[in-house]
Formats: sequence, C-alpha cells, structure tokens
Amino acid sequence: MASFKPTKIPAYPKLGEKVTQDTLYWKNYKAPVQIKEFGAVSNIDFSPVAPHNFAVTAFTRIHIYGPFSQEPVKAFTRFKDTAYCGRFRSDGQLLVAGCEDSVVRLFDVSGKVALRMFKGHTKAVHVTDFTSDRYQILTGSDDYTCRLWDIPNAAELNAYQEHTDYIRCGVTSKLNRDLFITGSYDHTLKVFDARTDKSVMTMEHGQPVESLLLYPSEGLLVSAGGRYVKVWDLLKGGQPLVSLKNHHKTVTCLALSSNGQRLMSASLDRHVKVYNTTSYKMVHNFDYAAAILSLALAPDDESIVVGMTNSILSIKHRKHTEESKEITSQQRRRPSYRVFVKGKNYVPKQDDYLVSKPVKEHLAKYDKQLKKFNVSKALDTALETWLRKRQPEITVAVMKELDRRGTLKNALAGRDEEQLSQLLHFVIGNVVDTRFTPVLVRAAEMILDIYKSVIGQSALIDRQLLRLQSLLETEINLERELLEVLGMLDTMFATSVARKEVPYSDVGRSNGLAKGDAGSSRPELQVT
Amino acid sequence: MVEQAEIRVVRQGGSKITFREPVISSDSRFLLCASGHTVKVFSTVTEECVQELRGHTDLVTGVLLRPSNHLQVYSCSADGTVRLWDFTDGILIRTYVIGYPIFSIFASASHDGVVFIVTASQRDNRSDAFQLVAVHLPACADQLVETTELSAVLGDVSANPAAIAFGRAGEYLASANGSQLEVYFFKKKKSHRFSLKDENKNGGRNTLTCVACHPTDDCVATGHEDGKIRLWRNFSHRKEYTYSTLHWHHGAVASLRFTPEGSNLLSGGLESVLVQWRYEQESQRNFLPRLGAAITHIAVSPDGSRFCTSHSDNKITIIQSCVKVSSIIQGLVTGDEVQTDLMVDPRSKALVLNGKPGHLQFYSLQRDKLLFNLDIVQQEFIHQSGLDQYQVVRAAFDGSGSWLATVEERKQKAAEVEVNLKLWAFDDHTQSFVLNTTIAAPHEARISGLCFDPAAGSRTAVLVSSSADGHFKAWRLAAPPAHTDDEGASWSCDFVGAYHGLVPGCCSFSADGSLLAVSFQEVVTVWSPASWELLATLSQPPGDVRNLCFGRLSCSKYLLGTTTKLLCCWNLLTCSLEWSTSMEVSLLLADPLSENMAAFCHQDGSADLFVFKPSEPLPLFSQKAVCPGRVTRAVFAPREVMLESCEESSQWLNRSRLYFLTPQMDLLTFSTKAEEQSLLASSKQLVIDDAVAMTPFYLLLGKHQRSGAEAPAGGPSSGSPALPQSSAAVRELLQTPAHVLPAASFLCSAFLESLLISVTDDREETGPADQEMESEKEEEEEGSDEETGAGGTRPEEAPSGGAQTEGAAPGLTRTQVRELRRVRKLDHSWLARILDS
Repeated sequence: MASFKPTKIPAYPKLGEKVTQDTLYWKNYKAPVQIKEFGAVSNIDFSPVAPHNFAVTAFTRIHIYGPFSQEPVKAFTRFKDTAYCGRFRSDGQLLVAGCEDSVVRLFDVSGKVALRMFKGHTKAVHVTDFTSDRYQILTGSDDYTCRLWDIPNAAELNAYQEHTDYIRCGVTSKLNRDLFITGSYDHTLKVFDARTDKSVMTMEHGQPVESLLLYPSEGLLVSAGGRYVKVWDLLKGGQPLVSLKNHHKTVTCLALSSNGQRLMSASLDRHVKVYNTTSYKMVHNFDYAAAILSLALAPDDESIVVGMTNSILSIKHRKHTEESKEITSQQRRRPSYRVFVKGKNYVPKQDDYLVSKPVKEHLAKYDKQLKKFNVSKALDTALETWLRKRQPEITVAVMKELDRRGTLKNALAGRDEEQLSQLLHFVIGNVVDTRFTPVLVRAAEMILDIYKSVIGQSALIDRQLLRLQSLLETEINLERELLEVLGMLDTMFATSVARKEVPYSDVGRSNGLAKGDAGSSRPELQVT
Repeated sequence: MVEQAEIRVVRQGGSKITFREPVISSDSRFLLCASGHTVKVFSTVTEECVQELRGHTDLVTGVLLRPSNHLQVYSCSADGTVRLWDFTDGILIRTYVIGYPIFSIFASASHDGVVFIVTASQRDNRSDAFQLVAVHLPACADQLVETTELSAVLGDVSANPAAIAFGRAGEYLASANGSQLEVYFFKKKKSHRFSLKDENKNGGRNTLTCVACHPTDDCVATGHEDGKIRLWRNFSHRKEYTYSTLHWHHGAVASLRFTPEGSNLLSGGLESVLVQWRYEQESQRNFLPRLGAAITHIAVSPDGSRFCTSHSDNKITIIQSCVKVSSIIQGLVTGDEVQTDLMVDPRSKALVLNGKPGHLQFYSLQRDKLLFNLDIVQQEFIHQSGLDQYQVVRAAFDGSGSWLATVEERKQKAAEVEVNLKLWAFDDHTQSFVLNTTIAAPHEARISGLCFDPAAGSRTAVLVSSSADGHFKAWRLAAPPAHTDDEGASWSCDFVGAYHGLVPGCCSFSADGSLLAVSFQEVVTVWSPASWELLATLSQPPGDVRNLCFGRLSCSKYLLGTTTKLLCCWNLLTCSLEWSTSMEVSLLLADPLSENMAAFCHQDGSADLFVFKPSEPLPLFSQKAVCPGRVTRAVFAPREVMLESCEESSQWLNRSRLYFLTPQMDLLTFSTKAEEQSLLASSKQLVIDDAVAMTPFYLLLGKHQRSGAEAPAGGPSSGSPALPQSSAAVRELLQTPAHVLPAASFLCSAFLESLLISVTDDREETGPADQEMESEKEEEEEGSDEETGAGGTRPEEAPSGGAQTEGAAPGLTRTQVRELRRVRKLDHSWLARILDS
C-alpha cells in the first residue's frame, strides 16, 4: 500500500533579482518600527558619539530618539515655524537647526532653550551645519546666500551670494575647517573656501540639487537632483565621474553605509536604492509606503531610519546572529509530553530504548482534498493559498493536477458569483505569465464553456470577462509585434553574416558524401 | 553456413504470474500461481520462488488445491492435460489426458474424484462457446491416465474462471455469462436462470463479470461491469428470488470472494482498492487503498488469515487480515508496449525498461526477479480508464551508470504533447537514483532519440536529445554559479543543432565520445561534440535512416545505418560507403563488449537474426524465424562470467547475452547447450528449505520437534541416545502421559525444591555427579556408535534405570522423585553445555 503522492509544485527559476551577499546583508533587518511625527520628516541626523541618538526634524519640532527608544528622549519645540535641518556637532553636544522664519537656532542637547539665535538671513534657512573646527556654523537660505557664523559671539563672519536660486543642501568638510560645498536649485554645486570670498569650484548638476554627500576621503562628492545621482571627482577639478538614473522621481536624500562601500539614495518614488561604490551598480532596493524625504544610517549600519512625507518615521534595526539563532532553536520541535512523561525536555539517555513511531506524512490542505477526490474543494483551498501567500504556482499546479485527472471541468463548475469572480480574478492576474499560460488558457476555455449560458446576469462577471478579453487581445498583439521584430532581426543577421557555401551532395552519387559547415547552428540557449 | 543446432531460443523468465488466480496452501506458507508453462510455488513469507512445477507443454490455465489432500494440487493447461502435483517436493504424481484445451478447472470437496473443467463447446462450432464438463478421474496408479468419463454439466458458460463458483458444500454451482446468472443444483440436476437487462434505465451496464458463493449461506454475489455488486438470495425458487445491490466501485468489479467463515465479502477492480464488505451489514466497509494497479484476482487462504490480490502489473500482494500488506511478489511488468528501449544498468547489470505506469523497473536477469521500481513521474496515479497518463518513453544511462536520463510525456487529446526531461544522479549513500534536474518542455515536440556520451566522465557528461521539432539539443552538466551555495551541479542546454529544417531521427555517440551521428531523415550528419561543428554528411537514399550504430574496438572506423530497405556501412576515414546490403532491418544494435552487431530483420511475417562484424563479409551467426512478428526491442547484456566456447558459431555469445522482446511481450534469449546443462545442474541445488524461520526459539525447540516427528517413522522411542542428554530428559518429562503424572502443583514444588538444593548438592556430591556425567558420556558415545551402526533401529535403553517408569508405574511418588532428581542432574549438565556454547 503505497502512500499518497502529493502534488508536485514545480520549482520555477526565480525571475528578477538574484540572491547575492548584498541582498542577504540588506535583508537582515527586523520589521520596521514606525513612529508618527507631527509633519513631513525633512531631516534625520545621527549623533557622532555613542549612544548615537538621532535628531528628527519634522514640522516645528526636532525630536531626539535613542537608538532603541520608540519615544523621543528629548524634544525641541521652541520654533515659530517649520524647522529645517537639525544637525549635531561632531562632539554630539550642540545641535543647530534652521527655520522657516529665517532664524538659525543653536541648542545644547541637554537644554531646552536656544543658546544662540543667528539672525541675518531674510528667508527660510534650509541648510545648517558645523564646520570641522566646531566653532563655526554654515547656513544656506532661500535668499540665495550662504553664510558662516561664529558660535562664541553669534556674529556673521562671511556671506556668499553666488547662487542664483534657493540653497537647499550643503556639507562642510570634515578634514578642512575652511571648506564647504553647497548645492542650489540653480542646478549648480559650489565649493567655497572660507579664506577667500569666492567659490573655488563650480559644478553643473543639470537639475535642482536636493542633497549632497562627501566621501570620507573627501575626494569624491555625490550630488542628487532631479532623478539623477551624480558623482564628482573633486581632486580632478570637479570632473563628473558617474551619473546614476535609477529612480523615477526626484531623489531627495543620500547616505553612505558606514564602511563606505555602499551608497544609498532615497527618492520621492518611495524607494531606497543601494549602490556598490566601486561599480556603481544597484545591488539592493527597499520599498516604502510613501515618498521619502530623509534617510540616515546609524554607524555600522545598525539601523536604517527613513522619514516620509506622510510624517511616518520608519526605523529598521539590524538582526543579530544570536537573535536569529534563538528563533530557529525555538522553532525546533521538542519531544512531546505524550512520548516523554518524565518531562517535556527529557533527553533520552544512553540505555533508553527509543521507539520510533512512524512519521506521519504532512499533506497540504489541497492535497488532503485531492486524496479524497474532492475536486472543487481542492481548487477552493488552492485559491485560498493564492490569496494568502500570493504563490500562483501552487494554484496552477493544483489546476494542472485536476486537469490531469480529467476533473478540472467538474472543479470549475457549480460556482456562485463570488467564487467565480475570485477565479476569474486569478486567471486575469496570471494568464499572461508564460509559465502558467498553457494551464490557465485551458481553464479559461472551460470557464467560458461552463458559464456561457449565464453571461449577462452579473455585471461583475461581465466586467471581468471583458477585461480578460482585452488582456488577451493586447497579449496577442504584443506577440505578433515581437514575432515581426524577430523576423526583422533574422533577416539582419542573415545579411550581416558572410554566407558560407554549404555543399550538399547530389543524392544520386553512390557514396552520398558531403562535407561542409553547419547548415544552421544556432547560438547557445540556456534552459534552466 | 553455420551450424545452428547448438544455439536455441529460450524463454527467459519474466512470464506473467497473474494470468490466473493464485492459490494459497492450507497452512498459508506457500502461494501457487500459474506462470507461463509452469506453476510457481512462492513462499508467502520470504517472497522467494521455492519450487517450479514444470511439465506442461502449453499455457497453464488453472491451479487448484486437491480437496481431499491439501498437499497436492491440480493444474490444467491448454495442452489438454490435468496434472496432479505434490507441490512441496515438486513431484508430478499423475497426468490425466483430457484431449481438449482446458480453460479453467474447479473442484468441490463434496464431489470426490471429480473435477470440473471448462472446454470449448463441441456441439456448436462457435469459437466463443464454452461448456463446463465434469471429469471423473480414474483411480489407478499409472503415471499417465487417459480419462474417458466426461459428462457435460452446463453448456454456454464463460471462459473466465471468475464467472463460475461452487455454492455451500458443493450443493449448487453458479455460473455467469453475459447478463445471465445460472444456478445449477446437483441434487435436482436442474438449473435456474436469472437474467438482467443488458442496460438498466440509468445506462449502467449489467454484464456480469464475476461470481462468488457464500460458504455457509445460500447467497450468491455477482460483480457487474458498472461496478455494482448484487447479492442473490432465495434462488432455489425460479420466481421468488431476490437480490440486493451494493455499489462502491466506479469501474467493473474484477473479482469477488467470500472469506472462509463467510463473514466478509472482498471485492476489487480497476480502482486498485480492496474493499471488504461485512456480510449482512453491508454498510460497514473497510478499504485497503493504493495497492498499485488494477486488481484482477482475489484469493483467500483456507484458514482466512491471509488474502492475496493479483494485479494487472504482474504483481501479487499478500495481505494479512485485510489491514497490512505483508509481502509483494512482483514479476516483470511488460504491459502492452515497451516504450523505452531495453537497457542494461551498468552498475547492477539489471535490465531496465518501463514498467508500472510512470516507473522504470530494474529487473535482475540472473535471478529472474524484479529488483526495484524507480518512480519517474512522481505523481499520484489515478486508476481510471480513459485518462491520459504520463508515460516514461525514453531512458538512457551514461557509461558508468552514474547518470540516468528519462523522458516522460503525456499526450492530451486536443493540446500539444507535454514532455519532461529528467536527469537522475546515482547516490552512493542511498544506492539509488536521485532526481537532479527537471527540464520542462525540453523540445516543442516528441523526443525521438536520447543518448549519453559513453566515454566522458561524470564531470563533463553530455546528453543529446533529438526531437520531431527539427532540432537536436546537447545538454551538459554545468557547475553551479559561484555565489549560490544551496544547489549542486545541474544540467543545462549547451547546443542546439539543426540541419536544413529536416526532422532528426536517432542519434548515436561513437565509443570514445569523439563523434556524434544524428540522422536527419535521409541524411546522416556527423558532428564533433567538442566544438559542435558539422564534420560530414552521409546519405544513402531512398528511405529515412532508422538506426545508427558506431562500430567498436577494431571496427570503430565504421558507422552503420539502416534505411527501410538497406543496411549500410560507411567508412568514417574515407567518408564513403563501405558496403550495403538489401534487407529490411527492424533493429540494429551493437554489443558493447565486442565488435559484433546484431540485426533483426523482418521478412515474411517473422523476424530473422543476423550477427556480424562490420569488417567481415560473412555473418557470424544467422537464424531464420526467431519469432513471429517484428522485433523492435533487444539488448546485449554483459555476462558475469565469460563463457568459454570454442564453437565458432557461438563465440558471439561468450561475452554477452542477447535478449529480445517479441511482439507478444515475451522476453527471449539465446542460449548454448553447454550453458543450459550447467544451469540445470545448478537449479537442483536451489531448493531452499524454507520451512520455519531460523529464530533462537527454533534452534532451541525445533530440533526436539523434528526428532519427535522423526521418531514414529523410525521406530518406537528411537534416537534419544543420539540427542543431548538434556533433551532426553525433557522429552521424558514431556512424553510421560499426562494422566500418569501427579498433580502439576505437586510436581512443581518437588521440581523447584530439587533445584534449590542443587547447589549444595553439587558441592557435596561432586564426585558422584562427575561420575555420572562420565558414564553418561560413555553411553552417549555408545549410543551414537550404535546409531550409526544400526541405522536407527536401536531400541531405547534406560541409562540409569529411570526411564522404566514410563510404561506401567502410575504416579508413584518415589519414582517420580527419583526421576526428578535425575532430571535435575541432567538439567544441570544441559545448562552447562548451553553456557559453554
């Protein structure tokens, strides 16, 4: 008496991304912690010193979160209007932020009231930063100017009026206290030296510049504007190195993973993309729920913090190896109470004779129904798994099995409007997938055969059938066009390849011998 | 030209064992079944064939235990004889010559000396009319008996043996034919007929397929083609009969059987489910599902402890009390058609062909036994007629047997054919093939040829498949990409070749793997597998090329091909035709161990065989009319031991044997006279003593039992001195009649007391005990001497006078105590002996 053989689910080659070390690394994050802020999160900055708190600028507040806190450990609320660009000093003691009301405020991280207020800009200040000597502040404003301020006596040191549009991003050099770079909506990046009055370098980005990033070595500069991310070589006088166009909406923020090997870009198209900084190929992609405005990485990539326009702050923490191990050990089945009366975790000793009971074969739900020849129920359960897990191959495999048994028609028949519409929904969703087309076309034909007498009774079903029809029409047109293209390509190849003489022996010759090259040997074909 | 007397075609096992219902012996130890021209006796425990009853000269059509002697069995055959055998020893006792081909045989305990046989009806000359004839077997001592006392019982019966059954104590007989049930009463000598309409209102087919009679009740069960079972009662009245209907089967009921007590009814059919109906409570059913293939017969052992079902795939399943399959006897599965070629597994040297649906079977030719089935399709088989099933259509082994490629296909009525190519790697750990790669739809059409590169090692193995879609494809084992760690090497397509849009036929690699020949209709193309370059084309019209074979060893420069009319041999060095001969070759194959080639030709409705070397003009061997019909499947199987034959005509058989399948699906081979003689000699030794399993308990007690069994034959109370002392004592105790022994409680306490003092006794009486032991030893030796001298006629002599209690003295306590003491001493030595051993 052989046991029931379960339905074979064919393993299809995985389309799309391949599993690489990068995917494994970037997938190794826990489910995100989501925190609702008061408005769109415009900036996130990590404190350079442990425990690496981060400042989140959203609407009129700046919240400081601890590395694992879900509640802000500190809040700065004394802004008259929308705050911008809250940034830590390199010792983590001071925090600077711009504001829509053109006043730049400097806070002590432990205090509440602003230590200093820098007044001088005439419009909203979107860019603030500390210089590397810790005594000066860089600001950039919508009044087209960028200024340097002295912290001790709150005086303006210098003002640069070279940009011709809003200044929306800027960085200071970590190695040179006099060097800073600003990006503006006038499509340019300018490198300034505080020792001179003028910019020393200008680069044309081509789109309004939204974000800037300096490599730790400060030889390379990355700028984001429009849909483009561009990398510039500063040591070669601002020569463009790479231009990346992987987003389909404006790129809003840039970040560098801690070891400098990966570059991340966040965009309004709700994606965060990770690039390899040696090949500048995209290696990973994160999806988010809303347009992303800000992005920051904790040191050592411990967490990825993303701020979105829907005022949600999403924090992903890295999984640690011991944690993941713990989970697997928990999942391991313990000996059951039935077997070990001595206790649930009783381990058999050396002298104990362990009676192995026959392993009960686990069957999937649809297999259980198939075993009982309940064809309709088998199809129902298979459709349910599709709804739950989105694995159409299981449902299609069950359909194929039913077809093999000659009972697919019985399984499809006798359904009410809701069930039929679910079935049609599945067919519409998967019929153009080449892996499933042969089975689903057959199923669709059967559905039409069975239910043609009741067409017109339900508006929902009629709409779905019309959709199926238009889908198939587009697919057929597409196929035809592709065949046309293939034919054109064939003729092009045939004319471009030098024609070789293929001798074909006259058949009357006694030895019937011919020698020559391949008549038509095709290029390699990979079948997996 | 060639002397042919020496080599002849012999049948090589693999015959059907499920042609007729098997019979279980009354002690349930043996199972007898008709198999070709012989009756095979299997052990129900070990599944081994222990006896083969040879003697019939035609198909055996029935096996039946003799009702008056359960150690004898009747067999009937289409050669017109009924033979009586002693199946434990395999001796033919008597042959009754009937004179007409017999189709089935029946007997009943109440009809002594009469067997009932079914023969073709003599009266009307229809070929499909049969009659049931009672044969009075004359009781005489001759080996060959002519029977003359024939009397027809029933005319117009079915030739199917399941359609006739004897009722309660042989009082009546039920026979089904068409849609009619006929019950014949022996006492009244008249019969009642009950007929059903051919089709009932709902379109069910009422044709009767089988009949069974209740052993103690007046009830006849009939199975019908539409899956219904009817239970007929009160049929002794022509008018007032009743029947009730049971319905579970969806296909025809193939077999019905009541258990000996009549408590259960067993039924089986196409669904391969054994259904057990409780008699009188028919709503209670037990099922034994998934028995593997359609059930054709059900048999029940006389004591009811075992059932056995025979299946359409040449398999007999033995079931213990309807819950557990205890053993399976599996013969060679040939089915209707062998779609894969016959192959020989390079590792196990087993014959490989497609067997059960979706399986490849590995059949040991040496032991005539199915080794195992490899599940290729890995899908639940649905037992339903008219369903398109996946079938294994091609298979190929690589040179070392480490890779197996299989092709399965399913042809749907309307849609295109579904093809899967699967590659199996041999796993040394589990010693079986493990699925490595599945390629769905490797070609757009049917695969017409499949071959492995025979020379390449497992790393660079190359497989070539040619298909009716106009391409041939080369598949190569590719190492996995570096960064994926989970999977090992898998197969992928390496090259796709085509030639002028022609449809490729067969393909073949040369022995060293340096050349690949693919036939494209009339043209043979030769490719280099290293670079996939087309090297040459060869053609010899008219007609498509059917078979391609490279020569081997010294003839490796030749390529042989066959077209519809010609057998051609091309020289690959000159690329010219070496020779060709006009014959219609149906199959050409090369011996892997020598230069020889075998060609089966089809001429005048029968197959001829030619064995030749490509380099020599004369064939080595030729035989006309090997078998009727066209031979399309054959294989050279390498021998385990090389034969040393110096006859020129049989030298081609030295290294390998040629097996071939006839269109009737019989596996035949060629054998020399010397070989047959050696085979006969060895088969004598093959009789296995399979009486009782060798358990420790058997070792302890079995000897006593056996000696006890021998004792009455040899003479009264013989053999005790030859046995160990202990056994004699035990026997004395056991053989003393129970009524002369005192009460068990008394005996027990005395026995135990004697055991308790034995330790102190030992210490005190070491001397006497030793003495006694010595004396016993002497006696033993004497006894054994005498045993050998006198040959078992020696009467037992009581060694210490204790044994004389046996006869007269009834229950004297003194005697008993004395005897017990003696027993105790003997027991002691026996224990020591056991401890020593």
